[in-house]
Amino acid sequence: MRAKKSKTLPGFGISLGVTMSYVSFIVLIPMFSLALESADLGPRGFWRLATDSRTLAAIRVSFLCSLAAALINTVFGLILAWTIVRYRFPFRRLIDGLIELPFALPTAVAGISLTVLTADKGWVGYPFALLGIKLAYAKIGIIIAITFVTIPFVARAVQPVLERLSPDLEEAGLLLGAGRARIFLKIILPEIFPALLTGFSLAFARGLGEYGSVIFIAGNKPFSTEIVPLIIMSKLEQFNYDQATAVAILTLVASFAIMFAVNRIQTRAALFAGEK
Amino acid sequence: MAYVREERGWARLILITVSFLFVALMLILPLAQVLSKAFEHGIKPFWEAVSDEYSVKAARLSALTAILAVLLNTFFGIAAAWAITRFAFRGKGFLITIIDIPFAVSPVIAGLVFVMTFGRLGWAYPFLQEHDLKIIFATPGLVLATIFVTLPFVAREIIPVLAARGTDEEEAAVLMGAGLWRTFWKVTLPHIRWALLYGIILCSARAMGEFGAVSVVSGHLRGKTNTLPLHIEILFREYHTLQSFSVATILVIVAILILIARHVVERVGRKEAEYYVR
Repeated sequence: MRAKKSKTLPGFGISLGVTMSYVSFIVLIPMFSLALESADLGPRGFWRLATDSRTLAAIRVSFLCSLAAALINTVFGLILAWTIVRYRFPFRRLIDGLIELPFALPTAVAGISLTVLTADKGWVGYPFALLGIKLAYAKIGIIIAITFVTIPFVARAVQPVLERLSPDLEEAGLLLGAGRARIFLKIILPEIFPALLTGFSLAFARGLGEYGSVIFIAGNKPFSTEIVPLIIMSKLEQFNYDQATAVAILTLVASFAIMFAVNRIQTRAALFAGEK
Repeated sequence: MAYVREERGWARLILITVSFLFVALMLILPLAQVLSKAFEHGIKPFWEAVSDEYSVKAARLSALTAILAVLLNTFFGIAAAWAITRFAFRGKGFLITIIDIPFAVSPVIAGLVFVMTFGRLGWAYPFLQEHDLKIIFATPGLVLATIFVTLPFVAREIIPVLAARGTDEEEAAVLMGAGLWRTFWKVTLPHIRWALLYGIILCSARAMGEFGAVSVVSGHLRGKTNTLPLHIEILFREYHTLQSFSVATILVIVAILILIARHVVERVGRKEAEYYVR
């Protein structure tokens, strides 16, 4: 690696050395082992294993439920961020702090709690059961679990942007006679859109990979409430390492694509912000 | 306050009500559920479940893996931040991307990569056998998986802070004869301590609660490779609901402490940053 060192500061060799060894040992080599294993399968074998009907059904479930959860959180995340930044009311601080709860609470705890809550005899599940709607052990349950786990993403992405938003533009709009709705749609929404999109994508990506909170509530019925991470897990438990690897690689490609998209959104947003 | 006039009227009322309902339903209710199940029959069964031999062992293992993962990732985070923000080198963008990988990877896959490396089919398995080492289905595997999942936390918190702060003070210290260690300790650390602490708190929270990755590499050997979240899972699946929720209560308390610590560190850090700007 050719390097241009800082003129005076010491520690280049040791800090980069430690960083590279650590990253290699923890991330690169293990990831490489997975790639190595999948290379043995060959493209056709890989495709056959990664797209059998049960896996395809799980991909559908994971995709739709993560999408639904990300959309729910986009709406409520925006509302939460808006009320916290714009309004002053009792318990505002408490709500602001509680938004982070899903990041601090272990997913297994969230999983068992939501399961009991939404089961047919649970506090929330009971009224729905009377109406004949099943929450736990159905797709709605999966959506509830993923929604819980991804609550912070959109709110936390939008909040700082709303805080920095200069009131000048809104005042100008108001003086020119625009209504509240029009000001929001034409002035505020375009400003917070990149943050909204970033939060949505992060929530969606996290939802696709989520395991701990979902497996309790999902019921895990093949072709109906089975998610992709569970397929990987159950293939592993059956010592079907080939298929576990194939499905994992497919998931990884999807996650990296989302991560790449998020980076693009953020660079472009930063570029636009810089132009002003 | 950036916003001059706070609007009144129905929009404000509706939005605040919606926020309250959402938080109550999605966040407070699940917490209340954990506590209500745990203390369903009073404090005695709760205490029995929590002080059970296997629960204590699981708590100890959880603490051990979390402490190891946090220590190593803190050390790594400092080294990475120093290299990335203090020097120019080729492949820096690539390195930053690699550090972010664990955030993009499903926890189950994080466990899987170690199984594929050190497990029975892994290329490192013969070597491990020869030296009578065990990684998968043993404590080292749990630690490795936890480290993988929490790797970015500390680095990501301190890189922006270090990058925003120039190198002038450090260069001055070095020119006046301070070594690397002294420069870092006396000049750099005071500026990044709150960000560092913040990263450590986030890292600990995730390390304590990690489930998917740890589940893949643990093999669920009760009393041996069972962390608290895995122990909760087993109890729940065996229909020991009360015990399961009792153990979960411990993690709820930890989570709330973490939230409070986060909040305090964030506020103190922000105040100090404002002080420096002035």
